[in-house]
Amino acid sequence: MSTNSGIPQGADSLRTSSSAGATATTEKADTSPKLAAPIVWSDERVGTAKGMRFLLKKVFPDHWSFLLGEVAMYSMVICLITGTFLTFWFVPSMGHVEYNGSFVPLKGVGMSEAYASTLDISFDIKGGLLIRQLHHWAALLFIVGIALHMARVFFTGAFRKPREINWVIGAVLSLLAIIEGFAGYSLPDDLLSGTGIRAMAGFMQSAPVIGSYMTFFVFGGAFPGESIIPRLFIAHVLIVPALLVGLFTAHIVLVAVHKHTQFPGPGRTDNNVVGFPLMPVYMAKAGGFFFIVFGITALISALVQINPVWVYGPYDPTQVTAGSQPDFYMWFSDGALRLLPGWLEFTVFGTTWSFNIFLGSLVLLPLVWAIIIAYPFLENWVTGDKREHHILDRPRNAPVRTAIGASAISIYLVLALACVNDIIAIKFGLSINDLTILFRAMFFIAPIITFPVVKRLCISLQRADRDLVLHGTETGRIVRTPEGEFFEVHEPLDEYTRYTLVQHDRQEPLSALEGVPTDEHGVRKPMSLGYKTRRALSDFYFKDQIQPVTPAELAAAHSHGEHDALESGHNHEALPSGQEQVGIDQGSSAK
Amino acid sequence: MTDQNLPAEHSSDANLPAHANEALPERFEDPGLPPHIPRRADVDEKAAKRAELQVVALFTLSVVGTLVFLVAYFLIDIDARAYVIGIGEISLYHVVLGLSMAASMGGIGFGAVHWAKTLMPDTEIVEERHPQASPQEDRDGAAAILRSGWQGSQLGRRPMILQSAGVAMGLFSIPLVVQVAGSLGPLPGEELYDTNWRRGLRLMIDPSGTPIKASDVTLGSVFHVMPEGFIGEPAHENLTAEEEMKAKAEDQVILVRLDPSDVKSQKQLDWGVDGIVAYSKVCTHVGCPVALYEQQTHHLLCPCHQSTFDMTEDCKVIFGPAKRALPQLPITIDDEGYLVADDSFREPVGPSFWERG
Repeated sequence: MSTNSGIPQGADSLRTSSSAGATATTEKADTSPKLAAPIVWSDERVGTAKGMRFLLKKVFPDHWSFLLGEVAMYSMVICLITGTFLTFWFVPSMGHVEYNGSFVPLKGVGMSEAYASTLDISFDIKGGLLIRQLHHWAALLFIVGIALHMARVFFTGAFRKPREINWVIGAVLSLLAIIEGFAGYSLPDDLLSGTGIRAMAGFMQSAPVIGSYMTFFVFGGAFPGESIIPRLFIAHVLIVPALLVGLFTAHIVLVAVHKHTQFPGPGRTDNNVVGFPLMPVYMAKAGGFFFIVFGITALISALVQINPVWVYGPYDPTQVTAGSQPDFYMWFSDGALRLLPGWLEFTVFGTTWSFNIFLGSLVLLPLVWAIIIAYPFLENWVTGDKREHHILDRPRNAPVRTAIGASAISIYLVLALACVNDIIAIKFGLSINDLTILFRAMFFIAPIITFPVVKRLCISLQRADRDLVLHGTETGRIVRTPEGEFFEVHEPLDEYTRYTLVQHDRQEPLSALEGVPTDEHGVRKPMSLGYKTRRALSDFYFKDQIQPVTPAELAAAHSHGEHDALESGHNHEALPSGQEQVGIDQGSSAK
Repeated sequence: MTDQNLPAEHSSDANLPAHANEALPERFEDPGLPPHIPRRADVDEKAAKRAELQVVALFTLSVVGTLVFLVAYFLIDIDARAYVIGIGEISLYHVVLGLSMAASMGGIGFGAVHWAKTLMPDTEIVEERHPQASPQEDRDGAAAILRSGWQGSQLGRRPMILQSAGVAMGLFSIPLVVQVAGSLGPLPGEELYDTNWRRGLRLMIDPSGTPIKASDVTLGSVFHVMPEGFIGEPAHENLTAEEEMKAKAEDQVILVRLDPSDVKSQKQLDWGVDGIVAYSKVCTHVGCPVALYEQQTHHLLCPCHQSTFDMTEDCKVIFGPAKRALPQLPITIDDEGYLVADDSFREPVGPSFWERG
């Protein structure tokens, strides 16, 4: 529309009116538009127009970090498409065949049909290798996208009321994605994936009481049997994808129900959502983004080889390659297995308890996800906040949450790096034993260091924000007064920039808000254990919180003149320094 | 600490001029959306035309990519290879297909996004939110439906229906669970306690399946070993592929000749022949083959999780996550001088399980 007229859009008239008004204004440009005949046809049968009116004007806020979830979503779609293709040629069978395809080095070698058909896809089916590569790369991108999306949601507090359910769904989705990935890369039955299945059998066998039974049931007998590939196949192509797609749909429906969160800024409140409508902007942007993700995945798949199963050879339980690693998303679990010391296994009353194995595998995954799922409810119990939140937290404004998240990531990284300890040892010429011991120590030390560092960083950033609001930006212009005094002119922030820095809520610990509970005689009342814990946690969360600048504080900062004296400012405590600086200014101007 | 960080309310109020405190609100007011700044393409028709051409070019790139893919699919030989500087030798077929698909997809994607960003309206729209909670009226209505439904079901008056329905609902899925869980696989029975090793079975080289003369095992040499009949031609003839794999998974043994003076355990020497000792190759951690032997240190290393076993100390764990030593296979020599098993393993091989004790 606008390109034809060449006239700038009537932006400002749009922004003040409501969204309904906005669409009305734009529609006026055309002369009473009519629905196309097919839409009328379907409207008469299923009420399409109503749905379109609801859906097409839906507004989505813009932010690069909102793309992370889209990356995950689109990667999943790519996996579904390419995965469906792969099932046309993959044979999920452990039946024995002699390879007779076109990959010469393996000609005549005995192998399972699963491995042979994977070789056929890679060498004899036109474009098959590209589809395999796309499938594997998209799977990795899927999990990377999920992890980053989850981090974004966590660090911005997007999991708060009313989105706790969607956080739980998302957490389950991320676990399913990992299980799906593991099941998938186990299917080709090459030496590497077979070693992974061998380890999986070991994990399951370590479970107290039911371990050996569970292993025999899953494998249809003793390891390796001939059942595990067909069973993993049906889990990989039916059971887990069905759950993934179902929960993903619920995830998206809930996003539509809640409307997307938005970052704080002028004009953005908990009662609105500011952004661009689905029609036409987000249709083009989000729709186009699918093709961008597909295109980039295709680019990577064209150029970077992944999982060259023909190099490893068929699975043979007596063989293993040095430097065997699972895909990256299983590193933390495999790393935990490398770090857990052997003395965690012991024998009691003729039964063996292998904590060294099941802690790092069967217990670790459910435990991590239980903590992830519980977090929003724990934080909510501590804050006692019953309000809906649609404005995101800037991570710095929730220093303790940000520090908790960063510590969790530091533990995750230690475990993940522990999984590549052999590679690190070789590349850097280090002792693998020293590395393992170092990682064992780092498992405890890394979060202890990370927590205070990140928390202090957040607090520093909050103080910098306060400084900026109170004193404005440095202009670099030095002015000499007639008295001979030099000062740098500071420019106050415009109200839009300032609002972003001061919009967040004051947050104070329970002990400051509620004081010491006393009865009518002023005698300290005993506190219940639950309340005491809550108070202690609330102190932990909020006692060092930096509060946003209030208009009064800004007025006080301004009242000592329109400039800062050169010597004032940044090495001073930002908050209550108004008084002190006024004193300096008065002193110098009195000369 | 607290004083420094929480002064806003507790200390600074007192420092501020009284009038400032009274007149000003607690918080800054929302100034509303900032004024819209038009883009180049909004005000300059030339810029808009340029953007239009860029979008068209990107879509055209996609069309070209699609055509190249089709041509390549039919014309390039699947085995064609090419040399690319910096990458090395590549499959030409694969790379051309991949790159053309990337162009075909990416052209559409970047074109659409560029179109949206340069030419579509960039004025932000405000949509109102409403509380998630239903209005009280709806809540009351829902409560009324639930109550009348409960009353209509008569469950309150006839509790036995509720109880019996509860029990039935609680139990109906059990047959399904029992069917699937019960039929997935056999019970483990004694399988985990036993291997195919028996007294008198020769130790055969894996994979050739030839027997080993004790005199051929020189100091420091390593053999990967399987029991007679479970490796090589006899195995291919007499065993199914599944049985052969199972045998490999549990019977694999590593055989080494050590200098008897290095060996610290008398039992280890007694179960071997002149310093020739045989140990299960299945890691006692999660079952990977313990395949890396360091000749100088006599250490066995599992490449999966780096459990390290000392061969001179009865394969005791000296590092890593495994707990138990590798089980030793008692061996001796037969009349012809070949190494044979003197017994089967005397404890279960492989990863731990609860009931192994």
